[in-house]
Amino acid sequence: MKKLINDPDDVVDEMLDGMTAAHPDRLRRLPDTQVLVRDDAPVDDKVALVTGGGSGHEPTHAGYIGDGMLDGAAAGDVFSSPTADEFEALIGACDAGDGVLAIIKNYEGDVMNFETAIELAEMEGVEVESVVVNDDVAVEDSLYTSGRRGVCGTILVHKAAGAKAAQGADLSEVKRVAEKVVDNVGTMGTALTSCVTPEKGEPTFDLGDDEIELGIGIHGEPGTERTEAMPADEVTEHLTEAVLDDLDLDEGQEVLTVVNGMGATPQMELFVVNRRLQELLGERGLETYDAWVGDYMTSLDMAGASITVCAVDDELKELFDAPADTPALTKK
Amino acid sequence: MTDDGAAVVAAVEAVAERIEAERDHLTQLDSAIGDADHGGNMARGWAEAADAARDLDDPDAEAVAKTVGKTLMAEVGGASGPLFGGSLVFAAGELDEGITPETAVAFAETYLEKVEDRGDARVGDQTMVDALTPAVHTFKKSIEVDDLPPVEALAKAVDAAERGVAFTVPIRARKGRASYLGWRSVGHQDPGATSTLFILEEVLDVAANRVGVDVPETDASSPTIPDEDPDEAADDGSAAASEDD
Repeated sequence: MKKLINDPDDVVDEMLDGMTAAHPDRLRRLPDTQVLVRDDAPVDDKVALVTGGGSGHEPTHAGYIGDGMLDGAAAGDVFSSPTADEFEALIGACDAGDGVLAIIKNYEGDVMNFETAIELAEMEGVEVESVVVNDDVAVEDSLYTSGRRGVCGTILVHKAAGAKAAQGADLSEVKRVAEKVVDNVGTMGTALTSCVTPEKGEPTFDLGDDEIELGIGIHGEPGTERTEAMPADEVTEHLTEAVLDDLDLDEGQEVLTVVNGMGATPQMELFVVNRRLQELLGERGLETYDAWVGDYMTSLDMAGASITVCAVDDELKELFDAPADTPALTKK
Repeated sequence: MTDDGAAVVAAVEAVAERIEAERDHLTQLDSAIGDADHGGNMARGWAEAADAARDLDDPDAEAVAKTVGKTLMAEVGGASGPLFGGSLVFAAGELDEGITPETAVAFAETYLEKVEDRGDARVGDQTMVDALTPAVHTFKKSIEVDDLPPVEALAKAVDAAERGVAFTVPIRARKGRASYLGWRSVGHQDPGATSTLFILEEVLDVAANRVGVDVPETDASSPTIPDEDPDEAADDGSAAASEDD
């Protein structure tokens, strides 16, 4: 399998150096760690937002570091949780005394390592709260989780909570907003191909040319259902129905949607999906407040997409619209 | 270095050697029901931990335990890092006055509590808790109720852990990676419970060596393993009585 890498063991390290080199005025790497933080961290008079997880989901997580979103992120090895000491270093580097909100995707390794780090940070006197994102409607339990997985909806938590923190809200308010997003968001994804991890060098699951997986996570794990390949509209209907059935929204509800590419799907196809998604929302009497389309949380070179729907109220609309200036997402 | 500090370093070195020797065994257990990395991860982590412990300048027991925990957290990764390493970091504080029967009990209890909380696992879930819980409860009961010498209490604890490991074989995993196998996990010995037993066996060996006694024989005549905290059992006369059956 052809990949633009050197030694698979060095890929995360080299990626992080490349990222900081691309954004020297925004990102700083903590020495001897895989942690990136805002260049001006810790930011005074602001609750810090931190997150992290395995690498291979770029631009998640470090791509969302900057004004209006995250203060820092720990990068684990490919599809592996960062260790607790990396999370601890991250929390310590971002806290300016106003407390830290840790945004954790519901994967066992992430949760356990982050929780350990939080307890250690609290022993040092840092005030830390956490939210666990579990937006994937496809599964109750999966290969990597007890309960639902945390996937692309996490970006909306970063955005809303980040905006709240930037406005000077205290830790409990920032956490409340993060939980509000978690309570109102759902995601479902599909894979047209498996991804290829640098270490393994071959697809993590075999998928025939005429097959797709529905209900995938973001670690190359197979989905909940394998089915024959279908036109974009039909795939979009499957994903959208699963998400909307789970959210159970009232007619007239405003929503923000995300059509997220898994890493190897062209924008052309994502827009085709978005077109049908918006039609379906209209048919259900839902009103789209905003529609994001792009690669937000990927799974290396997997072809496929996920659909995220988040019910919004006036508060969330204002927070999603608020300014953000990060490598991967900007709002003016 | 304090005597206690030196004893902990010796124990860590013994554990590192044992886990290295059992590396393939642990990996083989893990490959049956997990992702086949327990042996390698633990061997690497304990080897680094032994190095870090040796490098400490004049440490006491708490400092060695904390360093070992931090190193395991950083090197072992996955869920085992926080479970084995993180719990050790938190429990280390109980040794700030050195190692006595009382601080050893407090250390063991805090360690168990952290593992249970972090893993959200209880006895019967087919995890390391199945070995750890009976070991800690037996140790505590042997010290506080039966008034046994520490090394004998530790020997009883190892015996209890051994039965705990055997107990993981016929049950179904409800936590950890193996739980996704559902009923297919039945018949497999839990790797985390197994490595927990190996660690306890080495600690017993070092402790016995330190006070100059042979490792006490443990056998079927060991007292019944208290299936709950002896403190809580004492509060409830009926539960305490039924344990003697």
